[in-house]
Amino acid sequence: MMLSHYLIASGILFSIGFLGVLLRKNTLIVLMSLELMLNAVNLLFVAFSRYNLSLDGSIFVFFSITVAAAEVAVGLAIVVALFRLKQTVFVDAFTEMKN
Amino acid sequence: MHDIIFYFLVALTALSSLSVVLARNPVNGAMSMILALVGTAGLFALLGSYMLAALQILVYAGAVMVLFVFIIMLIDIPATETRKRDWGTLVAAILSVITLGGGLTFLFLAPEFRQVMPEITAAVSDGGGLAFSSQAVAYGSGLMGKYMLLVQVVGFLLLIAMIGVIVISKDLRPGAAAGKEPTTPPSN
Repeated sequence: MMLSHYLIASGILFSIGFLGVLLRKNTLIVLMSLELMLNAVNLLFVAFSRYNLSLDGSIFVFFSITVAAAEVAVGLAIVVALFRLKQTVFVDAFTEMKN
Repeated sequence: MHDIIFYFLVALTALSSLSVVLARNPVNGAMSMILALVGTAGLFALLGSYMLAALQILVYAGAVMVLFVFIIMLIDIPATETRKRDWGTLVAAILSVITLGGGLTFLFLAPEFRQVMPEITAAVSDGGGLAFSSQAVAYGSGLMGKYMLLVQVVGFLLLIAMIGVIVISKDLRPGAAAGKEPTTPPSN
């Protein structure tokens, strides 16, 4: 299996996640698409790590997964706070900056 | 055989990612996301990183997506989005995603990337990095040896994230005492 196959797969997954971030109005789906993009980059890291026969890329995926988990926790806390404010999670409702 | 497994896993991951993006119901999106993460874990295992495949299932599919499902259940919203489609945004989004995906595919078909994956040997790679190994002990010694500082920093970051979540989740609406939920939503 060639390196380019894994790279193209990672590019396709990243584009699908990007489509989700652009198109959807539900904040939770946007957050999930963001996780898809991070996932695609993790696949890229592991593919290059295997290709270069170096473990550094795979160890970086450890930290990428950890940081993504922390980011999801904080992002979901923000979503819950926004829901308490506006009783909705659709991004159309958050169009103005108020105190 | 390797090719068949690869194409199957990529098709599984891509189709479930599309299902996440196009799902009407967020719970369906979360379930498809779990399937996409399992497909990616399969791709990690195909690349020889069995430890990362297990970690992906444990942490990503097993903790992060469970948190997502909890929040989706907590935020009780009707599952329908507004049907008034913004055509300008739709066309722009699809055009930009086709440009991104097509550009990346075209870029990755260059001769520099058309190399066969090398076999996992015990040789140290050139460039001074850690040697690739499928065993978990290699990840352990790499994390606790070369990347010890990064482990401490990420631990600190997790502590900050935990404190941040607790602070953000406090109910700061007027009329809500500390630790008590208000009985009626505030009138906006």
